[in-house]
Amino acid sequence: MKNRLKVLRAERDWSQGDLAERLEVSRQSVNAIETGKYDPSLPLAFTIAEVFGLPIEQIFDPKG
Amino acid sequence: MATNPNRAAARRYTIRLLAVMTVYVAALVGGQLAMKNGLLPDTAAIAIALVCGLCIALTFFVMGRFMVEMQDEFLRMLMVRQTLIAAAFALSLAAFHGFLSDFDAIPRVDAYWWPVLFFIGQFIGQVSNRLTYGTWGSCK
Repeated sequence: MKNRLKVLRAERDWSQGDLAERLEVSRQSVNAIETGKYDPSLPLAFTIAEVFGLPIEQIFDPKG
Repeated sequence: MATNPNRAAARRYTIRLLAVMTVYVAALVGGQLAMKNGLLPDTAAIAIALVCGLCIALTFFVMGRFMVEMQDEFLRMLMVRQTLIAAAFALSLAAFHGFLSDFDAIPRVDAYWWPVLFFIGQFIGQVSNRLTYGTWGSCK
């Protein structure tokens, strides 16, 4: 599943570590999600959406 | 500053594992030394053997607790994946060895080597995680 995590993070000038801290996950998790190696669970996807203040569908593309 | 729950879980895991391994090594080395010197009655030998076995069983419990306490779903997935690879590795070798020794192709070995192979399989699982997901799975 494609996502815009890297772009959204860059817009806010956050490192992977910064985002990981906000999500209370490891930096490896952020990296794995960002590179499309791992699709987050629904609760984590909602947390990501909440951290960025965007709806899930503006972050994740299920067709990707 | 709030404590990272994953690092806290990893710390608990390390402490528990060290405690179990300390008892294991003490029982094993102490038991072997006592046996060599003829200081170990049969009942004590059985008790020490059971303690050693219990320590290995507790190791699996400690690993299971770590999986349960790990809050990070990606790292937990890596741990589960690693453990499945380890189980497949150890049990497959146990099956091959069982059949080969049954047909007298190779000598029998003590059964306590299978958990050792499981722990080697854990390392193979970590390598697989590194190759597939780009991380060993440690809490950073």
